[in-house]
Amino acid sequence: MASATASLSDPAALRRRGRFNPGDAVLYGLTLVASLSALVLLVLIAREILVDAWPAMKEFGLGFLTSRTWDPAANVFGAATFLFGTALTSFGALLLAAPISIAIALFLTELAPRWLRGPVGALVEMLASVPSVVLGLWGILVMGPWIVEHVGPFLHRTLGWTPFFKTEPAAGSSFLSAILILTIMMVPIISSICRELFLNVPRELKDGALALGATRWELVRGVIFPYARAGMAAALILGLGRAVGEAIAVTQVIGNNEAITWNLFEPGDTLASRIASSYQGATTHLMVSSLVYLAVILLAFSLVVNLLARVIVTRVAARQQGRT
Amino acid sequence: MNLTSEHRRRRRTVNWIMEGLATLAALAAVALLVIVVGSIAKRGIGAISLDFFTKTPSFLAGFGEEPSGIANAIVGTFIIVGLAVLMALPVGVLAAIYLNEFAPRRVQTAMTVAFDVLNGIPAIVIGIFVFVFLVAGHGQAGVKGAFALAILMLPLVARSTQEVLALVPSAMREASLALGAPRWRTTLSVVLPMAVGGIITGATLATARVAGETAPLLFTTSLATNAVSWDPSNALASIPMFIFTSSEQADPALQEQAWGAALVLITFVLVASMIARAFGLRSRRRLSGGR
Amino acid sequence: MSYVSAPMPLDPAELHGDRPSERKIAKDTVFQIDDLTASYGRTPAIKHISFGIQGRTVTAIIGPSGCGKSTFIRCLNRMNDVIPGFSSEGQILFHGIDLQGKDVDPVSVRRRIGMVFQRPNPFPKSIFDNVAYGLRILGMKDNLGDRVEHALKRAALWEEVKGRLKDSALALSGGQQQRLCIARAIAIEPDVILLDEPASSLDPIATSSIEDLMHELKEDYTIVIVTHNMQQAARVAEMTAFFSISEGEDGARHGVLVEYDETERIFTNPSEQRTEDYVTGRFG
Repeated sequence: MASATASLSDPAALRRRGRFNPGDAVLYGLTLVASLSALVLLVLIAREILVDAWPAMKEFGLGFLTSRTWDPAANVFGAATFLFGTALTSFGALLLAAPISIAIALFLTELAPRWLRGPVGALVEMLASVPSVVLGLWGILVMGPWIVEHVGPFLHRTLGWTPFFKTEPAAGSSFLSAILILTIMMVPIISSICRELFLNVPRELKDGALALGATRWELVRGVIFPYARAGMAAALILGLGRAVGEAIAVTQVIGNNEAITWNLFEPGDTLASRIASSYQGATTHLMVSSLVYLAVILLAFSLVVNLLARVIVTRVAARQQGRT
Repeated sequence: MNLTSEHRRRRRTVNWIMEGLATLAALAAVALLVIVVGSIAKRGIGAISLDFFTKTPSFLAGFGEEPSGIANAIVGTFIIVGLAVLMALPVGVLAAIYLNEFAPRRVQTAMTVAFDVLNGIPAIVIGIFVFVFLVAGHGQAGVKGAFALAILMLPLVARSTQEVLALVPSAMREASLALGAPRWRTTLSVVLPMAVGGIITGATLATARVAGETAPLLFTTSLATNAVSWDPSNALASIPMFIFTSSEQADPALQEQAWGAALVLITFVLVASMIARAFGLRSRRRLSGGR
Repeated sequence: MSYVSAPMPLDPAELHGDRPSERKIAKDTVFQIDDLTASYGRTPAIKHISFGIQGRTVTAIIGPSGCGKSTFIRCLNRMNDVIPGFSSEGQILFHGIDLQGKDVDPVSVRRRIGMVFQRPNPFPKSIFDNVAYGLRILGMKDNLGDRVEHALKRAALWEEVKGRLKDSALALSGGQQQRLCIARAIAIEPDVILLDEPASSLDPIATSSIEDLMHELKEDYTIVIVTHNMQQAARVAEMTAFFSISEGEDGARHGVLVEYDETERIFTNPSEQRTEDYVTGRFG
C-alpha cells in the first residue's frame, strides 16, 4: 500500500543536503577535467616545442625559412629545401588525388548499383587503414623498382621535354615515389568526405535537373558540384594537411637528399621526412633545436589547415541553412 | 537543353566518357588495394612460422646470419598499445560524457573544436612533443611511446563515444530522472550500459589505427634491444619500428622478415577494424531502431 | 465538500485578489498552485495558474494542443528543470512545502511524485529490472521480489508477465509497456502519480485497461492526468481543469487556466464560455 501520509510526515526530507548532490558533483568534476585534457595538451604541445625550438629560432630567425643550408658540421641550418620538398610532394599528390577521389566518390554515390556501393566503399576505406610504414615498405620494395624499370623510362620518353622528367630514373627513391605514395594515402580521405557531401545533396535539386533531361554528368557538373563546392574544398584542404604531415611513408621512399629541383626522379626531402630520418640522433643542440623548429612549422601548418577547413564548413552550413 | 540529335549525341558521349573515368578510378583504387595487400601477403607469407612469433631477431649484421623472429616486437607492441589504451580510453570516455551530458552548447562546441584540432596534429609532431617533454634528458621508454599513442587515440575515442551517447534516446534519461535518480546514477545505470557496445567499437577502431603508427615511436621507444622485454620503463621494440628499420636494409632475408611483420600488422589492423565496424553497425541499429 | 476554487478571473492579467488566505483550503489538498508562471527562455508557456489539487482523486487536465498542459504537469515534479533556459515564478505548495523553493531537492521531489510519459519508455532491461530500478536506487532492496510482484499486481500486469520476468521489457506490447512504466513508478511508493497523456499512443483496448487502472490506483495515490481526449477525462476523473490559450499584449500566446471544477459540471454546465465552446467542440 502506498504510504501516502506516512512519507510526508517529515517534510524536511524534501530539503536539500547541500547545493549539489555529491555523486553529481564527483561525476561532473571528473568528466570536466577529462574534457579539458584536449585543451591542456594543445597548450602543452605548443609550449614545449616552441621552447625547444627557441634556440634555433633565435639563432636563425625567419631566415630559417629561406635558407637552403642544412649543414650539421658547420652547425648552420635552414628549412628552404624541405619547404620546397613538402610543397612539391603535397601539391603534386593533391593534383593527382583530387580528380581520382572525386571520381571515386561520384562512382559510389551516383553510378554504382546499390549492391556494389557498400563493398567497394569498404575496400576504398580499407586502403586508409593500411599503416603508413607498411605502405612505405611496399613503396620501396615494390613500387620503387617498378618505377625504375617501367614507369620511369616511359615518362622520360614521353614527357622528358618537361622539367619534371628530365633524366632517367636512377633509383626507386625519389620525389615521384613520394608523390605517388601520398596520393594513395590521400585518396581514401578525400573520397570519403566527398561521398558524404554528395549524399547530402537535396533530392529536389537532383530531381529537378533530371526532369529537365540532364545526363548524369550534367547533373554532377550543374547541381552536385556547385552545391558541394565548399565542402569539396574543405576535403582537399584536409587531404593536403594529411600529406604535409606524413613522415614515415615519405621518408622511406623519398631518398632523404637535400635538393631543390623540378626533376621528379631525383631524391629529396620534406619537413616531416627530414625530422623522421634524424631519429637516430642529432649531433648538436642546435641541430636538435632546428629539427624541432621544423616541427613548429608543421604544427603551425596543421593548425591553419584545420581552422581553414572548419571555417569553410561552418560558413557553408550557415549559408545553406539560410537557403533551405 | 539542346534537342538536335547531334547535340544530344555529343552530350551523351561526354557523359559516357565521364562515367567511364569514374568507374576506372574506382576500379583503380580497388585494384591498388588488391595489389598492395597481395604483395604483402605473397612476400610475407614465407616468413611466417612458429619461429617468427617466438624467436627474436639475430643481430642485424647481415653477414649471412639468419634472422629469426619478431617476438620482442610483438610483445613490445602489445605492451605499448595496451598502455596507450589504458591511458586514452578512460579519459576519452569521461570527456565524452561531459561533452554530451553536462556541457552547455557553447562549451561543447569549443571543446569539440579542441579535440578536432588535436586530432589534426601530425603524428610526427606528437612524437617530437613527447620527445621534448619526456625523453630528452631522461631516456626512452615504452610507456613514453604509449603516451604518444594515447594522445593520438584520445580525440578518436572521445568523438566516437560522444556520437554513441547522443544516440541514446533522451526518453531513457527522462524515465530515470522521473524515478528520482540523480544525474550521475542515470548516466551510470542507464545511459552507459546502452552505449557500451558503441564505446567498445570506437575504442577498437582507435586501437587498430594507432597500433600501426610509427612516427610517435621514433623518438620515444626506438632504441630497444633485441631481447624480449616486458618492462615499459625502458625502450621496447615494436612491430612498426621493426618494419621501419628493416625496410631500409638491403639484406633480402631481413626484407622477408619485414614483409612478414607487415603481414601480421595489416592482418591485425584490417580484421580488428572489420569486426569492430560490423559489431558497431549492429549495436547502433539496436540503439536507434529498437523503439 | 468544499474544495479550492475562487471564481477564475476572465482576464489573467487581473489576478490580484487570489491569495491563499482568502480561499477555503480543503482538508486533503495535496497541491496548492499559486500564481504559477513558467517560461522557456523569455517566452512564457503558462501564466498565472492558481488552483488546488485534492488527494486520493483523479484530476484531469484538458485543453487544446499548445495550451501548456504538459509544461504544467512537469512543473509538479520539477521535470522541467532538465530543460535549459527554463524558469518559473509562483508557488507550488505540496503539503505546504513550496516545491520550487531554493532549498528543495528536485531528486527528492521526484521520489514522492512519480511520472508516466506519453510514449512508454521502459529501459532496455528485463521486466523485473525495470520495476526494481527505482527500488535499487532508493535502497529499498529488502524483499525486492515481493515489492516487484506487488507493483506489477497493482498495475494489473502481473498475470501477463509472471512467468517471464527475466524477458526484455521491449518484447511487451505498447499497452503492457505502459503498465510496466506505471508499475515501475508505483514500486517506489510515491504519493502522487502524474500521467502525461499516457494512452495517446495506445490502441483502444490498451487505453481502457489504463483507464480501469486509474480507478483502482486512486484509492491510494493522488492522480493527475493530462489528456487531450475529453471522453477519457469524463470517464476517469472526478475533477477537471480546463486550460486554454491566451494572447498577451505583445501578441505572444501562452496557456492559462480557464476553469477548474467537478468533471460533471465542466462537461454539462461550465461557468465559462470558453469552456463550453471547447467541450461542445466548437473550438479546439
